[in-house]
Amino acid sequence: MISLTIDGKPVSVQEGSSVLDAARSAGIPIPTLCHHPKLSAFGGCRLCIVRIEGIPRPVTSCTTPAAEGMVVTTASPEITALRKTVLELILSDHPNDCMVCEGAGTCTLQEYAYAFGLRDNPYPGERRQYEACDANPFIERDMEKCIACGRCVKVCDEIQGVAAINFTYRGFKTKICPAFERELDCEFCGQCVQVCPTGALTGKQWARTARTLDVQKVRTVCGYCGVGCEVLLHVQNNRIIRVSAPDDGWNEGWLCVKGRFGYRFVDSPDRLTEPLIRKDGVLQPASWDEALQLVADKLTAIKTQHGPDTIGGLSSARCTTEENYLFQKLMRAAIGTNNVDHCARL
Amino acid sequence: MTETIIRVCMGPGGIAAGGADVLAAFQSGLADAQVSATIENRCTMHKVGCLGLCAKDVLVDIIRNGDKKTYELVTPDMAGRIITEHVIGGTPVAEWLVKDDYHAFHAKQVKVVLSDCGAVDPESIDSYIAAGGYAAVRAVLTSMTRKDVIDLIKNSGLRGRGGAGFPTGVKWENCSNVDADTKYIICNADEGDPGAFMDRAALEGNPHAVLEGMLIGAYAIGARIGYVYVRAEYPLAVERLNLAIRQAAEHGFLGENILGSGFGFTLRIKLGAGAFVCGEETALIASIEGERGMPRPKPPFPVYKGLWGKPTVINNVETLANVPYIIRNGADWFASYGTEKSKGTKVFSLTGKVRNTGLIEVPMGITLREIIHEIGGGIENGRRFKAVQTGGPSGGCIPASMIDLNVDYESLSKAGSIVGSGGMIVLDEDDCMVSVAKYFLQFTQAESCGKCVPCRVGTKRLLEIMERITNGNGQESDLDLLVKLGNDIRQTSLCGLGMTAPNPVLSTIKYFRDEYEAHIRDKKCPAKVCKNLLTFSVIAAACKGCGACLRACPAGAVSGEKKKLHTIDQTRCVKCGACFDACKFKAIAKD
Repeated sequence: MISLTIDGKPVSVQEGSSVLDAARSAGIPIPTLCHHPKLSAFGGCRLCIVRIEGIPRPVTSCTTPAAEGMVVTTASPEITALRKTVLELILSDHPNDCMVCEGAGTCTLQEYAYAFGLRDNPYPGERRQYEACDANPFIERDMEKCIACGRCVKVCDEIQGVAAINFTYRGFKTKICPAFERELDCEFCGQCVQVCPTGALTGKQWARTARTLDVQKVRTVCGYCGVGCEVLLHVQNNRIIRVSAPDDGWNEGWLCVKGRFGYRFVDSPDRLTEPLIRKDGVLQPASWDEALQLVADKLTAIKTQHGPDTIGGLSSARCTTEENYLFQKLMRAAIGTNNVDHCARL
Repeated sequence: MTETIIRVCMGPGGIAAGGADVLAAFQSGLADAQVSATIENRCTMHKVGCLGLCAKDVLVDIIRNGDKKTYELVTPDMAGRIITEHVIGGTPVAEWLVKDDYHAFHAKQVKVVLSDCGAVDPESIDSYIAAGGYAAVRAVLTSMTRKDVIDLIKNSGLRGRGGAGFPTGVKWENCSNVDADTKYIICNADEGDPGAFMDRAALEGNPHAVLEGMLIGAYAIGARIGYVYVRAEYPLAVERLNLAIRQAAEHGFLGENILGSGFGFTLRIKLGAGAFVCGEETALIASIEGERGMPRPKPPFPVYKGLWGKPTVINNVETLANVPYIIRNGADWFASYGTEKSKGTKVFSLTGKVRNTGLIEVPMGITLREIIHEIGGGIENGRRFKAVQTGGPSGGCIPASMIDLNVDYESLSKAGSIVGSGGMIVLDEDDCMVSVAKYFLQFTQAESCGKCVPCRVGTKRLLEIMERITNGNGQESDLDLLVKLGNDIRQTSLCGLGMTAPNPVLSTIKYFRDEYEAHIRDKKCPAKVCKNLLTFSVIAAACKGCGACLRACPAGAVSGEKKKLHTIDQTRCVKCGACFDACKFKAIAKD
């Protein structure tokens, strides 16, 4: 363990912790925009600067390893003034259209602007302007709202292993986008959306559905596959309007494209809600007993007439391991064939 | 038997002035005269590195029986007469020889790094060895421990020549003390300051000295692999480096078991793609690793965690090129030059409004006066010296009143500027300090990597305020805003680029506040540089009505009948100055 002093308070942390980790573990808040606890430290937004005795200039607490005997000051009029300048600079190149922004209410930048009481822009000047892009149905990128914190770049590379986007251009024109500014063509897992601290990255399906305040969050398990990721359903008027993942779930806040964006089937009018049996050429509602009996009768008839190996079973990735085990048991023991497979192999 | 050596400057300045054509003219001229074929005359021809005084390029040395004469401003058509009269006839062409200012240019200089530049053939390892080259590495590998080498470099007082001035021996010692299976040494040859070509001259003029320095550094820290990170815009430097590496390997100075010492070292070249920020050591490391050249926060410092997470020493070209000479001549010899804290010599590229522009090497602690008025030959056209900009875009401007300032790390930093990598731009009364600061800010702004907010957005906002001022839209509060924002950027930026980007603005505000105030309050540019603040008008008493201004004006702003007074319509004037240049009677006023 390493012992250091932060704002006059003795703090002990594991070796390898950053000064930011140490401060937060002691309940001392430090503002950050580019830092994400599950991604590598970046040191780009400069909001988490602190003073450390013996170092002549402020340093970013997210990138500075905590060291034995360190004496850290996280808040002082000087540090607050510097953080304020940094925020003013970010906001000077931001659309500031919170009234219509999907990020409003969950936007960290908005939160800090409020906390620091920023109303005027002392640095009026050019603002980056971009054409809307991306025909994909999942991810909306409004790059004018991007603060280039790099979280999306890192999650795509470090967590997803896709590296679909990166920093391009230099200076004020720096822009995060796919190579050669092509259309986004990735897995559309939306991890970038999850970690974006502003409204730059949002889900296309979310647009103008509800404000955060009007949303009820329901924690459940994703039904798409046997992995069983924990999800947070954002529900309004008994309709799912978006899906995120809780940071403290076992899947650590990460989801795939299906879990994050494939929720519309829940409300689909085409969705099957009861068994249907085709009678006289028309699908008609039936009871579960009736439906299962029909399947059993037909399988028995085929098995008797043509032999068990004329039957094959294909199970679903949406089933759990236990369900898949039972399914192969049914095929092998009850029907008597080894013709059993699984859609995830396709 | 007459022995003649002809050396044609093929340094950056020489090539730019047409050195290749001059070389070809001498070659064909000698062939035509069959000089090298005759028994009486043996003549060899070298293309050599920078001879220094670029303003007088192409410079050609003719060494006839040990007697050296230097010709200046040589063009290909002069080769014939020099061959006939001097090489064959033995009588130098007096009117083409260098004049007094050439000797004045060299009198105050002390050459260490550049001592062999212009003397050895950069494309021949034998030429370097004949001049004492690789003796240092031989001494190091056969009779010195790693600690001996580090102590010697520490005692010499050598500090990083890339700009920061960190003691080289201490850097080597720190890295040497780290216990690791793999270590690296990198030569930073990503010279990017506008107008600077010190490293280029060293690499093109004497690449083996840089290699030898790297070998010695690698031995001292325990690295077996080295990289030269050199910008692709220096094709000749890359070519000569590649050749030097090949020759060094052939002579057993690279590879396994060098000189039977058991020490092995290999060297690779990595080409930079033209990003200024890659001169910053952590961005350079990222670039070698194949990542976008973006700086990483320090600590951890590269000596502990550098290239691919391994302990890495990064030294600048000039730093490394000093090392063999220090080993050969001793720490005391090196420390005998310079000041108490800044030892040795420093190469500067002296440019701007001085008569003798070029590459100079001077002992640390020399005064600006000596550099500008003695080496540089004073200001062109008798104008008034105003300021000198040192340290490139990260540096600052030092006013004429401080001309007796010593040029060393401490003094320049105290004056609000830096030694930097060695750019030195001399400014005269015709230079607008606000514009100069704006120019450098434009450069750093465009070259910001975009990673951190203060540099990415802050320098842009600084630049916008500067543009506003030079366009005549400056506000009284802008000066305070510039100082506040500039200081905040210095405090909060991630790397050296951002930290130093406001320096040109802050130092010019410090020393030339009145010029800023003239732009803001009076909407006037005292140096008459800022276009939008100029007014062109016709001086009635001087106007002859010749119509030259009317014809020259591209905007149709001038009117007037022949032989009558002309006038300029200020609403249509685009302030291009064409009328001013066209008028033969000085009848156009520029205010």
